[in-house]
Amino acid sequence: MSAEPILELRNVHSGYGTIKALKGVSLKVYPGEVVAIIGANGAGKSTTLMTICGIIAAEKGEVLYDGKKINKVSPEKLPIKGLCQVPEGRRIFPRLSVEENLILGAFHRKDQEGINKDIEYMYSLFPILGERCKQHGGTLSGGEQQMLAIARALMTQPKVLLLDEPSLGLAPIIIQQIFDIIKDINEKNGTTILLVEQNANLALQAATRGYVLETGEITLEDKADALLHNPEIRKAYLGE
Amino acid sequence: MIQEFKKIWKQYAIGMLWLLGLLWPLLGIHPDGTLTFQKTFTVWLYILAGTLVCLFVYVANQGGQLRFITTPVDGVKKSISLFVKPFPRWVWFVVIFVLAVIYPQITGRYATDVAINVLLYICLGLGLNVVVGLAGMLDLGYIAFYGVGAYTYAVLNVTYGVGFWFCLPLAAVFATIAGCIVGYPTLRMRGDYLAIVTLGFGEIVRIVLNNWMELTNGPNGILGVKPVSILIPVFENGFSFEIFWVKKLQFFYYFALALAILVIIGVHRLNYSRIGRAWESIREDETAAELMGVNTFIYKLLAYAMGAFFAGLAGAFFAARMRFVSPESFTFLESAMVLCMVVLGGMGSIPGIMLGVVALIALPEVLRDFESYRMLIFGATMIIMMLFRPAGLIPAQRVGKRSEEKE
Repeated sequence: MSAEPILELRNVHSGYGTIKALKGVSLKVYPGEVVAIIGANGAGKSTTLMTICGIIAAEKGEVLYDGKKINKVSPEKLPIKGLCQVPEGRRIFPRLSVEENLILGAFHRKDQEGINKDIEYMYSLFPILGERCKQHGGTLSGGEQQMLAIARALMTQPKVLLLDEPSLGLAPIIIQQIFDIIKDINEKNGTTILLVEQNANLALQAATRGYVLETGEITLEDKADALLHNPEIRKAYLGE
Repeated sequence: MIQEFKKIWKQYAIGMLWLLGLLWPLLGIHPDGTLTFQKTFTVWLYILAGTLVCLFVYVANQGGQLRFITTPVDGVKKSISLFVKPFPRWVWFVVIFVLAVIYPQITGRYATDVAINVLLYICLGLGLNVVVGLAGMLDLGYIAFYGVGAYTYAVLNVTYGVGFWFCLPLAAVFATIAGCIVGYPTLRMRGDYLAIVTLGFGEIVRIVLNNWMELTNGPNGILGVKPVSILIPVFENGFSFEIFWVKKLQFFYYFALALAILVIIGVHRLNYSRIGRAWESIREDETAAELMGVNTFIYKLLAYAMGAFFAGLAGAFFAARMRFVSPESFTFLESAMVLCMVVLGGMGSIPGIMLGVVALIALPEVLRDFESYRMLIFGATMIIMMLFRPAGLIPAQRVGKRSEEKE
């Protein structure tokens, strides 16, 4: 593992007005890793990702990407730098076609040939999207929409991919499929992945390292395997 | 058939009774204080008879009793579409263009006047379409930019004697600047809040025009705006140019037509460009668009500015045609009217909006014979339209078409 983290949070505080959602979160993501943040509802998982992307401004602390502070960088510049998020609840563009959704993912790119090639690559990665390329995004099923959201984010050619609850509202078999693809992307493309999940079991199985987030603070940090076998975690998040 | 009728007769009866209750104060109460019922009842009976026939036809159609009529009609439709299909789209553009060109030659002054109105409103509607239909921001003060454009030409022309062609880009630029001025502070807002702020802006512009006596001459308006002029080369006594004032409505029609065509091409190009796609992504989901690298603020401001730009162009033409401007032309009702055209025609669809404009400008003119009832019929038509075609007369089909083209 290389010494320099590609993404680092140092004592980050943020929130919504008077409500403080993050109270000093620090975490490191090294290149090539799959890092999982697990935690219950309202622990601040999504807020963490939104703060990294600058949709919510950090009140205190630093967000570092590739060694540079990105607190003040506006969200739309991050995909150019190689940082892209798949937001919670997918948020695809419902009245645009699957293809147009993908084209929008490549919005900052100018290489038409590369874009077309990547679209074909996405269709090979997610064959169902290729079949539905002319349909409106809103007419897809939940699992297909999640695949579209991931594919759309991959179109930005990210170095770091932030995934917010990819298992939300999906059937177990589809979830497995999506996690297989996530692992695939990490192994084949070397994309670093920061994964936020409520489904601790799945997330930790896919991840190399994990963080546990509780009411805005990191309470535990360890190798994913170790967390998976930690009796406290098993009790609190895996229902044992 | 009777079964189906049973399901709706109750609602129908309640509706008709409600209409009777509404009609009576309208027709039964007289200014001298007397109350009558006779007239209300006769009008109501006419409506009852009319709607009953429509209802029977509708129910019969639903039940399939009218197959002996609908089948041949469908056949005719099919054969028409078969006949039409072999012609490529440009043939239709040419046909429409030729019709538009010969239109003032075969119709009278009044019809040409209405047509100019339609053309100017097409520019306005398409401009608003950029803001509402593509970028998805509800703008209730749109007519203010039209006003800025019109007043720019009127003031510069009357006070400083500047010619039309020099003022035309200036009018567009001023309107664009006005668009940016409103846009910059307000575009952080979303949805309903934005609508209210734009509504406020529209009113501010109108009130300023109404009260800034030195510049705009207040509610009296500005008289004596010069019409469009063109330079015609004259070859007598050597070579010189002569100013030709386009006072004749027929000539002005062609200028308006040229403007409308330019705006249609412009909006079409924007629609299918990278910018258009960015706008649509903002309309669909602003946060997601931002995460995908779309600079939402700049693109929203650009949408606002582009909308204002087209309105400014149309405004200058409006001032040149009327040769008089007053704040009364730029009330909220006008904004609402343009918005209606866009929504009625189909948001985001260029042919739809053109049809919507024609419907909303031409329909009141056609209904002029009905005098006091015309706005009533107009309103009823709009309600019925929205019930049966909520996506507009010609709904936008951009997505489907784009993908099919690739095949």
